[in-house]
Amino acid sequence: MNQNKLIYLDNNATTPTDPRVVEAMLPFYTQHFGNAASRNHPFGWVAENAVDKARQQIASLIKADPREIIFTSGATEADNLGLKGVFEMYARKGNHIITLKTEHKAVLDSCKKLEKQGAQITYLDVKADGLVDLQELEKAITDKTILVSIMWANNETGVIQPMKEIGDLCASKGVLFMSDATQAVGKIPVDPKAVGVHLMAFTGHKMYGPKGVGALFVNRKNPRVKVTSQQDGGGHERGMRSGTLNVPGIVGFGKAAELAENEMQAEAERLSKLRDKLEAALVSNLEECYINGNVENRMPHVTNISFKHVEGEGLMMTFNQNIGVSSGSACTSASLEPSYVLIALGLGDDLAHSSIRFSLGRFNTEEEIDRTIKQVSEGVNHMRNLSPIWEMYKEGIDLDAVEWAEH
Amino acid sequence: MAYSEKLLEHFKKPKNVGTLDKEAQNVGTGLVGAPECGDVMRLQIEVDDESKVIKDAKFKTFGCGSAIASSSLATEWLKGKTIDEALEIDNMDIVEELALPPVKIHCSVLAEDAIKSAISDYKKKNGIEVAPSDSH
Repeated sequence: MNQNKLIYLDNNATTPTDPRVVEAMLPFYTQHFGNAASRNHPFGWVAENAVDKARQQIASLIKADPREIIFTSGATEADNLGLKGVFEMYARKGNHIITLKTEHKAVLDSCKKLEKQGAQITYLDVKADGLVDLQELEKAITDKTILVSIMWANNETGVIQPMKEIGDLCASKGVLFMSDATQAVGKIPVDPKAVGVHLMAFTGHKMYGPKGVGALFVNRKNPRVKVTSQQDGGGHERGMRSGTLNVPGIVGFGKAAELAENEMQAEAERLSKLRDKLEAALVSNLEECYINGNVENRMPHVTNISFKHVEGEGLMMTFNQNIGVSSGSACTSASLEPSYVLIALGLGDDLAHSSIRFSLGRFNTEEEIDRTIKQVSEGVNHMRNLSPIWEMYKEGIDLDAVEWAEH
Repeated sequence: MAYSEKLLEHFKKPKNVGTLDKEAQNVGTGLVGAPECGDVMRLQIEVDDESKVIKDAKFKTFGCGSAIASSSLATEWLKGKTIDEALEIDNMDIVEELALPPVKIHCSVLAEDAIKSAISDYKKKNGIEVAPSDSH
């Protein structure tokens, strides 16, 4: 056992590429380097066949038709294409889009850009557990609404939205439903058609595939959905996304989808046990820890914990020579703004600054979780020993009543 | 972001962590920052009434690694200085000593504020006039 081995618990940021994926990709750099759009020679045919196979593997994972998969450079591009493409394509129907305050920046910033082009955007609050309020959503839908965009699972908390209920509501109102499913695909069963999702963004590198390749699922029948291309050129991907296909990346993405389909269930069971162990140990070792987000409807490999009166970035520094995690505190920006996702859940700025996200993955072992429990517990104790507000809290001082000399 | 050895040393083994009796006549306490902003620094000095030399300094900080290292360093520098000399400590000295990256300069500013605030508290307690430049 190598005690010095680094522990990676930031799998929501990116996952390592599975060696089986890399193996599948390699021949497509050197041996089968053809352009999938070269329809008139064997070099192109081989590449095209490989892309077709990958499209099939990915479609199979999400129970879609291969013709419904539009390859992109990643989930950010897919989110952009879905939102901007629908806004342009359905301009005559309306200009109103509804989304959540807890969405990824790829969605929020696309919406902000659309506002400048005349779109009306509603950014819905979420409930304290991170879930959408279905009544609020229903109230927000107007006759100008063309699209509801709600993420499948949140990147920071792992909270899974009630997709079927949202889909049914959208269907009853005749509104398109898009989902950023970046964190969900390959980790839990994701079946857009079964829940009424018409457009769905996802990516290879969050599911043990390569970086730089993602996809937008676009529903083909009942209803037939179209998006206006946002990048023009050779008319690839049914005219919705021009640009030479990233064949090795797509092959890897396909292989990753195949592996996920076969291994997802066992992996989710294993990871949720490890996650639960980590969570239970930290909560029992340390006082004043809070789990952020709904714990019933949550991704199996994620936990987001606030350690009260400890600053997240500082805490991370106690163990980040050995363990890679993420903090909801962004003390590196001039604004010192804590996570907007946790703020939207109603956490005070202080608890949001105190949060750490642990996201487990395929290659984590129980021994790593045991070491993490030990090091994080020591880190929290180190930081609390240093923390004046922990001392004040322990003395029974009401911190809300203190007049802070704001900086 | 890579941190300097000095910064890491102050973070891992901070100097002068602790609490002085804030009610004592010869102790000055500075509490700056706010939990919502992600950093709170409490810096205390114990002053010799005759010589006005800082005999002891303690701190506790809620914040990132740079904030903790800045306050640890500040307490080291304070000990042995007179309160007038201590007022000369500039945040840029801390930036230089710890090689703070630009996004962390505010941590050094907070430490300077904490020093000034502790001295000003001591002066007020002991009926010494606080010059406008002493307080931030």
